[in-house]
Amino acid sequence: MRIVVAMSGGVDSSTVAGLLHEAGHDVVGITLQLYDHGAATGKKGACCAGQDIHDARRVADHLGIPHYVVDAEARFSRTVIGAFANSYAQGETPVPCVQCNMGVKFPDLLALARDLGAERLATGHYVRRVDGPDGPELHRAADPARDQSWFLFGTTRQQLAFSLFPLGEMPCKDAVRAEAARLGLPVAEKADSQDICFVPSGNYADLVSRVRPDAAEPGEIVSGDGRVLGRHDGIARFTVGQGKRLGTAASDHGQKQVVVALDAGRRRVVVGPRTTGSRVVAVRDVNWLVPSPGEALRCEVKLRAREQPHPASVHAAGNRAEVRLDLPALAAPGQACVFYGGARVLGGGFIDRQTDAAVGVDASGVAGLSPRPLPAGGGVAQR
Amino acid sequence: MLAGRGCKTIYPVAFLQLSVGFSSCIPPWSRFGRTGLRQPMIYLDANASEVLRPEARAAMLDALDRDGNPASVHGSGRAARKLLEDAREAIASRFGGRSADLVFTSGGTEADALAVHALGAGRRVVIGATEHDAIRASAPDAAVLPVDMAGVADLAELERLLAGGPPSLVCLMLANNETGTVQPVAEAAVLCRKHGALLHVDAVQAAGRLPVSLAAMGVHAIALSSHKLGGPAGAGALLLAPDVASIAPLMRGGGQERGRRGGTPSVAAIAGFAAAARCATEADRLAPLRDAIEHAALAEDAIVCGAGAMRLPNTTCLALPGVRADAQVIALDLAGFAVSAGAACSSGKIGASHVLAAMGLGALAGQAIRVSLPWNVTERDVAAFIAAYRDMAARLRPRLASDAA
Repeated sequence: MRIVVAMSGGVDSSTVAGLLHEAGHDVVGITLQLYDHGAATGKKGACCAGQDIHDARRVADHLGIPHYVVDAEARFSRTVIGAFANSYAQGETPVPCVQCNMGVKFPDLLALARDLGAERLATGHYVRRVDGPDGPELHRAADPARDQSWFLFGTTRQQLAFSLFPLGEMPCKDAVRAEAARLGLPVAEKADSQDICFVPSGNYADLVSRVRPDAAEPGEIVSGDGRVLGRHDGIARFTVGQGKRLGTAASDHGQKQVVVALDAGRRRVVVGPRTTGSRVVAVRDVNWLVPSPGEALRCEVKLRAREQPHPASVHAAGNRAEVRLDLPALAAPGQACVFYGGARVLGGGFIDRQTDAAVGVDASGVAGLSPRPLPAGGGVAQR
Repeated sequence: MLAGRGCKTIYPVAFLQLSVGFSSCIPPWSRFGRTGLRQPMIYLDANASEVLRPEARAAMLDALDRDGNPASVHGSGRAARKLLEDAREAIASRFGGRSADLVFTSGGTEADALAVHALGAGRRVVIGATEHDAIRASAPDAAVLPVDMAGVADLAELERLLAGGPPSLVCLMLANNETGTVQPVAEAAVLCRKHGALLHVDAVQAAGRLPVSLAAMGVHAIALSSHKLGGPAGAGALLLAPDVASIAPLMRGGGQERGRRGGTPSVAAIAGFAAAARCATEADRLAPLRDAIEHAALAEDAIVCGAGAMRLPNTTCLALPGVRADAQVIALDLAGFAVSAGAACSSGKIGASHVLAAMGLGALAGQAIRVSLPWNVTERDVAAFIAAYRDMAARLRPRLASDAA
């Protein structure tokens, strides 16, 4: 059958193209050009295409499959980059990869795949599509270290029905690289991408301050009870859970502090001890991959891409949900909150700023809880 | 080696076997057989590169087997020089100039760049809004002459610019690569002479398809490209009027081409260029085939860009309202037809066309494909294309209604 493969130029999607081609399918490779690489790297006159597009074309040439580069710059700029900067300016920590999957990649590629007479769209994501009694289900990848289900919670059931994720069953990345090498793909040993794709320098705060200068204005770092502990150089440089860049505010009465909230209106970074957290998390723009539950749904939720799931009850209300955590945790507005039933993704949404202020949990009687693992960096993870 | 971290490689293959039950679903417009092998393409992208003419191929093969640099004094050098000078005479006379005034280049882009560099020195440059990037990038600060809806340059505006302005070099293409629109170059030449301006004409797409004569048009220079008239890529020429033929080079090098273009010329490519120029006759045969395609496309609600202007007989630019140009090109490619659209960036991404935007086509500038018939196209090819175009239009248009809903 004809299958469109979304080829990024990396090892994963290249291997998908290679395996499906080897299996005899009529594979058509498509690479979305999402942004002007020359502009993103700040090199005047540099080509609009980066190395990744070149690599995708070389892989397609090697396999002997047709490959096309499709312009998605305008939509990406509007849907992802603009929202990315606005989100930071509002004191959130966005997940641009989720916006891209939901707002650009899946809609654009699915429409194109249908136009081209394809019956499936395959991607290099590490998730599993399981065909259950009520239709296709989205499950975690076999390799927990590579699982990307958190980034794909926004996939609709119709999109899921059209999609293939051949790498979801792979035991580990080395196995994928071994397949790439066996197929002779020129990207078999290419390094994994790390940064946000449209900020190749890694300095996303610079981009945010260009688009939203207000997010780069300095302000105060305060404690939960409003005492000024230090100064900061723009709320865009902070995310809930972060312990770095706090300067004099890194410690309060000898206790190590982390960011517990961002107050965009007053340009304030609020800090507290690591054990601070919320019990109730408000979630917006919820996408359900099961019928929307009429009553409280017992499940596990992940508030970050890389963390142990939290037991919780999810109360659905329209396109919103209230998540009641069994144990308090730090929730960063703008990040995804994804609901799991075992390995299966049940749904998810974005953590809303209306989440109750994440302070004072120590005083509410849950002091002494062991802190939950927090992301090392700024909370933005790739994919 | 890569799997050497003790990680067991077990691959579920079920997902790869989805073809069961789907093998009867190959769409009728697919040119992929059940084996997945592609049938030969029907090539309708002559304006990107013409089909090599057999005369050019034979001349090149003959030249490739000879040794010698045309700048050498020995017998081998003299033989190479004879090939080069025979080619120069053939091409110059074919396009209404003198062989002494023809400078060989690597292609059309270099010929345009050399013209702007040499003739534009100390002059204001005025270019048509639909010029090729070879001109636009060579004259980034040029004044731009607007075009009408059909892509024809506004000569009244040209006269106004020339009458009030400093000494100028005007660059106006003879035929546009995307729409085929022909510019009133002879009239522009009269205006230029009257106001002391020089006129350089990019004749890359017109040469071999329309009568092209430097002398008859009364212009100062024309740019030519070998592979647009059925020769190999890698050779081109700038043919100059006698009064401006002593020009400063872009590349000085060893003083070849009478000091106007350094570097050893590619004798084989130039021999192929000359052979193609000798046999490339006007493409009148193609006009009815082009018209048949336009007739069929109009019935699919397509818009012919540049309709109403005099155009190249082999070129049509068809906009399908609401359907992205890249989707059209990809669908036709998968169906086995090579056409193009807009300005392909080096990534292969298809961007909106500056030519169609300059013609005021708005969103249609991103929804048009170019079909350019090669010299050897057959009626069968054209009939097959018409069928594929109808299928493509029928397939891609229904989404409009659902998108709008």
